[in-house]
Amino acid sequence: MSSAARTAVLRDAVGLGVAVGLYGVAFGAAADAAGLDPWQALVTSLLMFTGASQFAMVGVLGAGGGGPAAIGSALLLGTRNTVYGVRLAPLLAPRGLARRLGTAQWVIDETTALAVAAPDRGLARLGFLAGGATIYVVWNATTLVGALGAAALGETAQAALDAVVPAAFLALLWPRLRAGAEEPAVARRVALGGAAVALALTPFVPPGVQVVAAVVAVALAGRPREGAA
Amino acid sequence: MSPGTLWAVVLVASLGCYLLKLAGLSVPAAWVERPWVTRVVTFVPAALLAALVAVQALTSGRDLVVDGRLAGLAVAALALALRAPFIVVLVLAGATGALVHVLTS
Repeated sequence: MSSAARTAVLRDAVGLGVAVGLYGVAFGAAADAAGLDPWQALVTSLLMFTGASQFAMVGVLGAGGGGPAAIGSALLLGTRNTVYGVRLAPLLAPRGLARRLGTAQWVIDETTALAVAAPDRGLARLGFLAGGATIYVVWNATTLVGALGAAALGETAQAALDAVVPAAFLALLWPRLRAGAEEPAVARRVALGGAAVALALTPFVPPGVQVVAAVVAVALAGRPREGAA
Repeated sequence: MSPGTLWAVVLVASLGCYLLKLAGLSVPAAWVERPWVTRVVTFVPAALLAALVAVQALTSGRDLVVDGRLAGLAVAALALALRAPFIVVLVLAGATGALVHVLTS
């Protein structure tokens, strides 16, 4: 592999690592708003280490949801990483149990994007490892900053934080709906359906359950049918 | 929710998410690469994130509530449509929420 190609892969990895830092601060603040203490926020980032699932878990807890709904929504978003693992396995070919167990923790959106975009297997591994390491360090450090910062806020700042959390979810959703995303028209219908079902169920089910129920309802509405093309 | 219960939620959800990652590296590709599986996985995030946006912006417990959060969300949507960076979107939403809180309290 050429050194120019290596430099390009490393630059992308570090760039992504810095970019996720902002989301780490937002996650730490959202975790605080949901009632997690800074240690719980940090342990979530250390052990779960998959942003969308982490946001979903604290989102449900913040809405007053119970444990099963919070865990269920985190797992629903975590299924993405299973698909990524299938794509990464032949590229990274982790040999031995210990290496596979370690590799698994860094299988996330960003490291998959880096590895899949690399021109050969050596650079794919480099991108995965450099991206994983950078993102892991920055994500955990910024989670702690966000959690400690939010814990020190007064009442008006808490009102600001309450408005930041749904805006952060919208910012995560937005790129999936924009032209250029995978089937944006379908994604928009799915998003509208999910929001509508969740709001309609809110008065009738325990907090948090409506979020998981909305996803299940939308998935069932789009299930494969006999005879469908 | 007690701190002990919160810890249990954090640890169980983390373990589950880790096992989902490990499964991808370990199971035969044919188990996962079915059209309907990839289709559900592609669109689950849109449904879940949209449900979370709605619930976080408009509900409190079992009640539907309109307050500064909705104003912040509207400003955030406008900023996103104008392709503002993530941090700008969050700051504008937060400032709007704080402003509505100050004006209404």
